[in-house]
Amino acid sequence: MSNVASNPTASAAMRRQTRLFMVGAFAVAAIAFMVIAAGGINKNLVYYWTPTDLHAAGDKAYGASIRLGGMVVPGSIRNRSGVSGLEFDVKDATGMVHVKSNGVPPQMFRENIGVVVEGTMTRAGYFQCNRLMVSHNNQYKAPKAGHPMNKEELKKLMQSTEGLSDSSK
Amino acid sequence: MNATLGRFLILGSLLVSTTGAVLGFAAGAKRSREGLKWTQRFAYAFAALMVVATAVMEKALITHDFSVSYVAQVGSLSTPLWVTIVSLWSSLEGSILFWGFVLGLYIAAATFLTRKDHEEYMAYSIATWLACASFFSFLIAGPASPFLSVAMPPTDGPGPNPLLQNHVLMIIHPPFLYLGYVGMTIPFGFATAALLRGRLGLAFLKPMRTALMLPWIFLTIAIMLGGWWAYEVLGWGGYWAWDPVENASLLPWLTATAALHSAVVMERRGVLKGWTVTLIQGSFLLTILGTFMTRSGVFNSVHSFTQSSIGPTILVFLAAVLLGSVALLATRIDSLEAEGRIDGAVSREGMFLLNNLLFVLFTFTVLIGTVFPLVVEALRGKQMSVGRPYFDSMVVPVGTALVFLLGVGPALPWGRASKEQVRRSLLPPLIGAALVGIIGYALGARNAWTLLTLVFGGYAAQVTLAEMWKPVVQRMKRGDSLVTATVQAQFKRGRRRFASYIIHAGAVIVIVAIAVSSTTRTQREVSLARGQSASIGAYTLTFLGTETRNEPNRVATIARVAVAKDGKQIEVVEPRMNQYATMREPIGTPAVHSTLAGDLYVSIMNLDGSGENAGLLLLITPMVSWIWIAVLLMGVGGVIAIIPTRSAVTVLEPQDSAAPAVAETAALT
Repeated sequence: MSNVASNPTASAAMRRQTRLFMVGAFAVAAIAFMVIAAGGINKNLVYYWTPTDLHAAGDKAYGASIRLGGMVVPGSIRNRSGVSGLEFDVKDATGMVHVKSNGVPPQMFRENIGVVVEGTMTRAGYFQCNRLMVSHNNQYKAPKAGHPMNKEELKKLMQSTEGLSDSSK
Repeated sequence: MNATLGRFLILGSLLVSTTGAVLGFAAGAKRSREGLKWTQRFAYAFAALMVVATAVMEKALITHDFSVSYVAQVGSLSTPLWVTIVSLWSSLEGSILFWGFVLGLYIAAATFLTRKDHEEYMAYSIATWLACASFFSFLIAGPASPFLSVAMPPTDGPGPNPLLQNHVLMIIHPPFLYLGYVGMTIPFGFATAALLRGRLGLAFLKPMRTALMLPWIFLTIAIMLGGWWAYEVLGWGGYWAWDPVENASLLPWLTATAALHSAVVMERRGVLKGWTVTLIQGSFLLTILGTFMTRSGVFNSVHSFTQSSIGPTILVFLAAVLLGSVALLATRIDSLEAEGRIDGAVSREGMFLLNNLLFVLFTFTVLIGTVFPLVVEALRGKQMSVGRPYFDSMVVPVGTALVFLLGVGPALPWGRASKEQVRRSLLPPLIGAALVGIIGYALGARNAWTLLTLVFGGYAAQVTLAEMWKPVVQRMKRGDSLVTATVQAQFKRGRRRFASYIIHAGAVIVIVAIAVSSTTRTQREVSLARGQSASIGAYTLTFLGTETRNEPNRVATIARVAVAKDGKQIEVVEPRMNQYATMREPIGTPAVHSTLAGDLYVSIMNLDGSGENAGLLLLITPMVSWIWIAVLLMGVGGVIAIIPTRSAVTVLEPQDSAAPAVAETAALT
């Protein structure tokens, strides 16, 4: 069945043609795939921002999926034990954002702790959070009370995903 | 003492592996039999040095010799013995040493098992393994040395990462992952040897396939254990989050699975040699990429160890292997001549090609989503991640198409088939498809993709069972009893075929269970005072109060929750928060009440100090336990496939012996 054709030149030409066709088809498929994948990624990017970044972004802040990292401002927590209606402020060294969240926050959630909230900025001026995370990582050093986290620490915090306790929807 | 001895052994292994690699490549180029003999000796010597070095480290850990840097870093007088033993892989330096240990075992075993055969490839193969070994020896000797001497040894250490102690799955998951990752070095060596030699005989396919199957089994189990651990510990009720480190373990699995399939086509039809070799090279590269992502700290997660300096070193190795592989493939792939050809698209081999296309698409989808944020950050300094919807929207169609192929592929005959033949094999499984689809709908599945997966799954299940049953019936017609026929058809002659259908059965169940569990779960968040109840599905849960338990290495705060199903008390579940001395925040551990139909998952969201109120996350997720069971079934299938056979011809089916590839394999063995 493995018919090595009797005419080697004709068979070689045919093979070249088949290969050319295969390469062409593959290239088209690959490009189509890349376009779809790139579009998919673009729609689903989650930006890692600090409260300062968020203020600096201006109009661009609205609508995008944002992972916001910062420290829970002491005395800002409202509705701690309710099932919904939790509100608090998140700040970094130079900015502060008001956050509204549904759902019960994780156990470790408290004042002065580093948190990561995922959601969108609303035009009403608050951040609507649909995922609230508190760091779980033993290597992450919590900020000292009263000292807001620096950019480097916030970056580390926001990159965490698995070491986090989470109240996702 | 231990530190000096350890350093000495590692330097020895660096010397031995480097020399052995150089010698092996030279022996390969000169086709020297004597050179091969010596290369084999160097391979055994490397393995021996690694085993002894690891034993020295274990001894240092067990005897709490804090003058060894790694022991000072992860050891503690207060941890239980088993935690001390497994802390070998609880942190970066130890885990790289463990890597070297596993690599040593693999290299020794592969060298020993091939000592009498495949002479033309073996010098190159061993040389490639030893070249990889010398890189890891270098890592252990330099950037990630666990054997540094501590000038002022502390009297006690902090103990390993509490996450390791918190759940038994966290202890068995890493070794499985290493066995999978490291094992990919062996087929990589074989494939590189074939490229260097410019030839890939079908007889060499057998050790190559076995070498690929073994790490595939470990990786399959490791991925499942990782997901299971996330489910049992992380408290959000899911088992997969498309986290970069999860993706890192999935990527080489995808390409290895594709390679296992293309190797079948190669065996049957003598084609796809270069492609199979490419997939094997890709699998190895992806394990190194995975190591980079998990070990360098570019992603911060439970798997990664911060303050690590080995990232750049691994990246250099990755680049070198990538360039080497590409150059080798570009110059040598044409020399791997096809010996046959593929006749028609609507055939078993056509479906194999489609399978490979899908696995490659799958790989690229995950790879792009995982690497994209890294590239953007490197180029533009912006930080971001790719959200879950990207992965879901790309992977769901591919996964569904794979279940479709799991059914249609095995149903189609090899080679050119008549329309009548095709119709006869494709129509009957529609019964299974309709049956499973209707059952799923009746039980409440409404998501279109889930229903489609159920229908395809039913089709594939019927095909798989029928294909397993077919050879038994053939034998019974010839007069064998049911038992003899089954044993002969499944375990003696058609064992590899039987094994592959076991794996397929597992795969069908896994995909269906993932589709069902991710689209039909019920979730409630409740806040309960002591004595108060809440209900979800058929369950009613009553919060009984909290309890504090002092355990040897932790203090646990436990919420006691009584579970009643349809009004009947069945169990008191105890989700808990474990507080470790070395960790500022407690680790939550949810309680899972598992049944085959579905799991009830209870996770603590918050407890107030008095123990009077609890915020609980309640979830009912159907079919989750099927995932763990079915993946184990896939592992079992893999093991059945690679148990050494006395006669290699047994793996082929008699009715297909017309194919030349088959004839050649039979003649060669």
